[in-house]
Amino acid sequence: MTIYNLYIFDRNGSLLFYHEWIRRKHTSMSKEEEAKLLYGMIFSLKSFCSKLSPVDMKQGFSSYKTNIYRLNLYETPSSLKFVLNTDNEASQQEIRELLSGVYCQVYVEFASKSPMLVPGEIITSNFQYL
Amino acid sequence: HEKTYSYPLDIKLKFENKRVTVAFGERDGVCIGHVLLAVNGQPLSYDKLPDGRNVFDFLEERENFPVNLKFGRAKITTNEKIVLASMFYPLYALAVQLSPDQGSSGILELVTDTFKLNSSQTLTGVKFIVVADLKQSGIDQLLEKIYELYADYALKNPFYSLEMPIRADLFEQNLQVAIDQIEKTGFI
Repeated sequence: MTIYNLYIFDRNGSLLFYHEWIRRKHTSMSKEEEAKLLYGMIFSLKSFCSKLSPVDMKQGFSSYKTNIYRLNLYETPSSLKFVLNTDNEASQQEIRELLSGVYCQVYVEFASKSPMLVPGEIITSNFQYL
Repeated sequence: HEKTYSYPLDIKLKFENKRVTVAFGERDGVCIGHVLLAVNGQPLSYDKLPDGRNVFDFLEERENFPVNLKFGRAKITTNEKIVLASMFYPLYALAVQLSPDQGSSGILELVTDTFKLNSSQTLTGVKFIVVADLKQSGIDQLLEKIYELYADYALKNPFYSLEMPIRADLFEQNLQVAIDQIEKTGFI
C-alpha cells in the first residue's frame, strides 16, 4: 500500500497541514492554490453526493477512485477534514482506521492539545509519524 | 415520515426553492432539508394547500391543530438531474489534475456511506454514470453493456440527434432488461 500525500483542512477550508511521501506529478500552481482547489473539489463532491443520495446519509462522501490512485476523506464532527491519496491496493476499512487513528492519536494529542497552536494556521509542530 | 403535531409547531419551516423545507428542529427522523410533502393527507403544491390557502398561514392558527404533517426528501427534478450530471464533469477532470502520480484517469468510482457511483468514459468523451447500492456487483459489465445499447439504439437511430436527450423505446426497454438482469444475478 502506497501513500502519496496528506492534507488537513479546517472547517473554513484553510490548509492546516500538508505532507507528501511520493509525488510524481505536480500541478503547475502553488501549494496554497492547489489546496484551495482540492478543498473546493471536496466541498462540491460532498454537496453532489448529498443531492444524489437516495436516503439520508450519515457520513456522506468518503472516497473516490481513479485508475491509479484513491482519494480518501475523513471528516470529524468539528468539520476538520483529512484528505489522503493512496494507491488502489489498500482496503477502505483499513484507510478509514488509519485516518481516524491520525486524528485521535496524532492530531488531537499533538495539535489540538498544543498551547502553541493558533486556529486556522499551518501546523508546524513536530509530528511523530506512524 | 408522518406525524401529528400540536400547536405551536416546534419545527421551523421556510420557503426555499419553491418548496417548504425544514430549517430547524430536527427530531424523530425529520431532518433539516426535508420537505413538507402533505398536510392532513393533502399533498402540497409549492406552498399552497389544494384549496389554495397558504400553508404558513394555516400553521399559524391554533384551531387548525392538531395537524398531521408528512415530511420527506424532496423528489429530484429532471432539471436538477441535468445540473448534477454537469457538476460531475469538472469533478471528473479535477481528479486528473490533482493526481499525485502520472497517467491518471478521471473518477471511476465514488463511494459514500449510502450509495456508490461508477462512471466510464468512452474514447469520444461520452460518460456513463451508474448510481448503485454499495453491495451491487458487476457494474463495470453493466457500464459496458449500456455503451453497447447506446451505440445500437441511440446512435444508430436515424431520428436521434447528437447531444439531445435519448427518447428511444428500444433503448429504454433493453436498458431495463439489462438492469433487471444485473439486479437479479449480479452479472450480465
